[in-house]
Amino acid sequence: MRARTLFEKVWDAHVVRPETADSPAVLYVDLHLVHEVTSPQAFEVLRERGLRVRRPDKTVATMDHSIPTTPGGGRFAIADPQAAAQLRRLEENCSEFGIELHALGSEGQGIVHVIGPEMGLTQPGRTIVCGDSHTSTHGAFGALAFGVGTSEVAHVLATQSVLQRRPRTFEIRVDGQLRPGVTAKDLILAVIARIGVGGGAGHVLEYTGSAVRALSMEQRMTVCNMSIEAGARAGMIAPDDTTFEYLAKTPRAPKGAAWDRALTAWRALPSDAGAPYDAAVRIDASELEPMITYGTNPGMALPVGARVPDPAAVSDAAARASLEKALRYMDLRPGQPLIGQKVDVVFIGSCTNSRIEDLRGAASVLRGRKVAKGVRTLVVPGSRRVKQAAEAEGLDRVFTDAGAEWREPGCSMCIAMNGDQLEPGQYAVSTSNRNFEGRQGKGGRTFLASPLTAAAAAVAGRIADPRELAR
Amino acid sequence: MEPIRRIVSRTVVLPQRDVDTDQIIPARYLKTTQRAGLGAALFADWRYDPDGRPRPDFPLNQPQAAGAQVLVAGANFGCGSSREHAPWALHDFGFRAVVSSSIADIFRSNALKNGLIPVVLDPAAHERLLSSPGAQVTIDLETRTLVAGGLTAPFPLDPFARHCLMNGVDELGFLLSQSGEIAAWEEAACER
Repeated sequence: MRARTLFEKVWDAHVVRPETADSPAVLYVDLHLVHEVTSPQAFEVLRERGLRVRRPDKTVATMDHSIPTTPGGGRFAIADPQAAAQLRRLEENCSEFGIELHALGSEGQGIVHVIGPEMGLTQPGRTIVCGDSHTSTHGAFGALAFGVGTSEVAHVLATQSVLQRRPRTFEIRVDGQLRPGVTAKDLILAVIARIGVGGGAGHVLEYTGSAVRALSMEQRMTVCNMSIEAGARAGMIAPDDTTFEYLAKTPRAPKGAAWDRALTAWRALPSDAGAPYDAAVRIDASELEPMITYGTNPGMALPVGARVPDPAAVSDAAARASLEKALRYMDLRPGQPLIGQKVDVVFIGSCTNSRIEDLRGAASVLRGRKVAKGVRTLVVPGSRRVKQAAEAEGLDRVFTDAGAEWREPGCSMCIAMNGDQLEPGQYAVSTSNRNFEGRQGKGGRTFLASPLTAAAAAVAGRIADPRELAR
Repeated sequence: MEPIRRIVSRTVVLPQRDVDTDQIIPARYLKTTQRAGLGAALFADWRYDPDGRPRPDFPLNQPQAAGAQVLVAGANFGCGSSREHAPWALHDFGFRAVVSSSIADIFRSNALKNGLIPVVLDPAAHERLLSSPGAQVTIDLETRTLVAGGLTAPFPLDPFARHCLMNGVDELGFLLSQSGEIAAWEEAACER
């Protein structure tokens, strides 16, 4: 048989009706994740047309984007009537259509891309969609997972299927060993800087190579999460023993004989030797440094020790204009070292970096140290379970002793819909995924970095090299 | 959906590349449960000053932009978040087509479902439109061409999406017509 990639195997197994010149493929969806912001108008479509949800048993909802993360707050902390109405609408929709909902305050609540994996719903070989571009996160398990718009949320609710043209494949091969202080976040920021914010368009990325195999599941999720920031719909990593060990501990993974059957199927998923990709790049992990962004898209990233680039040195006119606009917004000077740049806020959280290993990383820097005077530091766990695990290890005390805020789970300052936001002009070092203008609050300025680099900035009050604070 | 066969309009030009959907409509406007009325928030942080007054130098605020249905933007338009509020806001404002040399995947898919035509041109044709704001253009879905002055530029458009746009039908109807095949697939999957 023809050698196939991981992506092709998962795609082929879910084609209900193959694509033709005249129509896209009908692709079956194994798991549909739903949240409050991109679903109300989709449920409205069902009502207008008198449709039901085809497979409520394959649909799981949570509240994450617009909920407060005020410590001990719960639903009484929802000051915004519009957000409150949106959350109520999700409850009504889930109750009317029979969908499992992890509501605010419930045990399983958290960021949609954190709870899917921790429950064991995210499994190798599955197709997973959600009305959220960071659905690419779930590809860390060898699932084909991509974000869709609200019209497609309605399509999936009504038919458990989406219409898709088959994307091309792009191998990102990373060999070698990451050096101390260099994390999965630095790896993916380096990938995006290399291929560009549109470099993955039309493709599904597959991360391969010894450096990728060496990553934990949480680190793999960080990598796949930001595939969309390179313009790719999805990122995937072949399942292996690391994947299976993680899954075996999750409540909803198959058990007993079903586990054995699943394992046999999962072991057949990795790309066959010699399977061709439509595009490829190679990266040497041992050459990577801690990365940080300086501009207004995630591709504008450099090693933390670098200087702000000079637009005058950029030959392409559109790229030069884009860099000039970014530096104006960020109020940074060409040639200025990034290290030493003052910061006002540090945000540790988001679907990119809010899992227990991320919090352990940040805590390793903050333990026994203090957040610099005048710097507001928010630590926002990705889910209630992450929060409980962190508290069981005493990480909450490490953060609060250092002077950081230990908050309730949610998307928080990554998207700044819930009141957690920057003031105009403020600088933040953030472990989230987007440094777009105003993303963390109107007029706010974002430097994206790893949890280690973010924690180092909290201590220094300035951008700092996390390796200098390592212990 | 209204059938669309042809758009004849002047252009508005937003030359910067990598315009993300957070700029098209900032997240604070996503707390709505409706799809109507988002045009007022289109490009809110670029269009208005901190006091909420229109910035006169922003292309959409200039008098010649009034009534324009075609937005010409820099490369990689619509990157970032999957929010369908972005095409909803553009359509509600009055746009019926977005022209660029590349358009981000999820945005393009969302636009097609809302009567907003993503027109991807070759870089030379794109460059000509970027450098002539206010140009009169005709976008024809039948021939899949954009015509402006002496320029005739073809653009790709998926035949299925084109059929839906030209006949005012939506994709959900097609998917619902596949229920039998979907059920058969589910049954076969149970046995695997």
